[in-house]
Amino acid sequence: MSPTIGDVASLVRSKNAGPFWQTLDVFLPDDDAFRRVAEAPGLDEATVARAYRLDPATVRIFRLPDIRVVKISFPRPTPQGGVHDRDMHAGQQHVPLARLPLHP
Amino acid sequence: MPETHVLVPAGMLGAGFTAEAVDRGIALGAHAIAIDGGSTDSGPYYLGAAAPKMPAEAITADLRVMLLAAHRAGIPVIIGSAGTSGTDVGVDWVAGLVEDLAREHGLGLTVARIYSEQDPDDLVALLDAGRIHPLPPAGPLDAATLGRCRHVVGLMGAEPIIAALDAGVDVVVGGRATDTAVIAAVPLRRGAPAGPAWHAAKTAECGGQCTTDPRGGGVLVTVDDEGFTVEPLEETSACTPTSVAAHMIYENADPHVMREPSGTLDVRGARYRALDDRRVRVTGSTFTPQSPTVKLEGSGVVGYQSLALAGIRDPEVLASIDVWSKGLRDFVAAKVRDVLGREEPEVVVEVRCYGWDAVLGDLDDDRTTPREVGAVLIATAPDQETATKVVKLANPYLLHMPLPGMDHLPSFAFLSSPAEIPRGPLYEFLLQHVVAVEHPEELFRTRIEEVGR
Repeated sequence: MSPTIGDVASLVRSKNAGPFWQTLDVFLPDDDAFRRVAEAPGLDEATVARAYRLDPATVRIFRLPDIRVVKISFPRPTPQGGVHDRDMHAGQQHVPLARLPLHP
Repeated sequence: MPETHVLVPAGMLGAGFTAEAVDRGIALGAHAIAIDGGSTDSGPYYLGAAAPKMPAEAITADLRVMLLAAHRAGIPVIIGSAGTSGTDVGVDWVAGLVEDLAREHGLGLTVARIYSEQDPDDLVALLDAGRIHPLPPAGPLDAATLGRCRHVVGLMGAEPIIAALDAGVDVVVGGRATDTAVIAAVPLRRGAPAGPAWHAAKTAECGGQCTTDPRGGGVLVTVDDEGFTVEPLEETSACTPTSVAAHMIYENADPHVMREPSGTLDVRGARYRALDDRRVRVTGSTFTPQSPTVKLEGSGVVGYQSLALAGIRDPEVLASIDVWSKGLRDFVAAKVRDVLGREEPEVVVEVRCYGWDAVLGDLDDDRTTPREVGAVLIATAPDQETATKVVKLANPYLLHMPLPGMDHLPSFAFLSSPAEIPRGPLYEFLLQHVVAVEHPEELFRTRIEEVGR
């Protein structure tokens, strides 16, 4: 079984970036772990879009080697606080990302 | 140019901090105390209802520490996004608490109230003039959407705050402002370069969040010609190059650039260096001035909600909780149609099973059987009476809904009597747009008064 992103990361978190965007930060413990995630075949716009049911064109992935973070941002599927919003602060939206395998 | 020290005691007014930490920052030479008083992060209710998130007692406790320390030191206090959402009511509420304290402690203070709330008619005129533009993922704005907003505020940058300080005020109570504007204003006013001033402000916006102990206290930023330095106010905490650099990604969709009303901060060239085991030095950030814009935030009512909660512990029901919750939702929706003659999208019935998939919904791929679930039935309707009626109608089914083929009626564990809980109006953020302005102060109004003399 391939390890998941959550297995390799020291922290995976999510949060609103304003009422219409959410952002997910993957903190990696060392350069080797950063490379494994940053270069993982299982981590691209299409994979993230599938896990979150998004249009891949709306997914932005940033690889930040200086602080060993992979950051992913995309528009909120439903505006913050609206009728269908289940997570006011988008604080629990990191879990599907953390469960993705590095080598699908 | 002399260096400028800004003391940021906490990430939000009302969060609480000690007088000792503020005294430490003053002893280090603070030229101003700056703090953010709000955010959109708590949701659309606070703007739509123009109601603050924090109790007056918590705001007063923080104001007392800041105002007394700043008065002794002869430096200004700057507050942004007063009353959580920065509506005019929020500004007046916080300014009133400042006035009460000024009288109580015999402090003669000159206070500027900077109002950021926007008149919908003025905005329609700006829309017609082609001066309002969408930000992704929003589409073009129309007058009807503006008409649905209960309150609209514009996010001010540093300029209205600088103008108030130029007028010689002791306290600035600002309406909605960017989180950074309250911190950047004093360094910019004293001639600091914009790159370090805005990057220092972004670093300090959440107080101790850029330190190794995000729960503890605030920070002091020092801006000069070449860059800025950041250090925690608590002796037990530290800033490291990683803790400081990592804050740039917090609640920010793009970790490299950040748009302010007067231009864009770019931190791609930033270098982070430890000066010692507590202080970090940052150089290389740049700021490019652009045609000024003001971002709008608006919130309006999209319905009224009532809900009821039933606890489920029965293992047989939990083993098929997906079948149960979908069955309940569809059954209640059919009852609403048959008995009340209402259906979606006018009336929305939802069942969210907390402990099963309530948070992630159909994104959740973990389908293991839960030990206990809180089933929340939520009705959203055009008026409160209908929303409550839907939940009352659902009551016997939420209490007794069996699985298909079950030969008895189970009874679940209701939270309360009455079971239905009216939640009031449901607000939604309706704007993600900017106004192109002639100058950054265009949409803001300042009133200056003397209090406590």
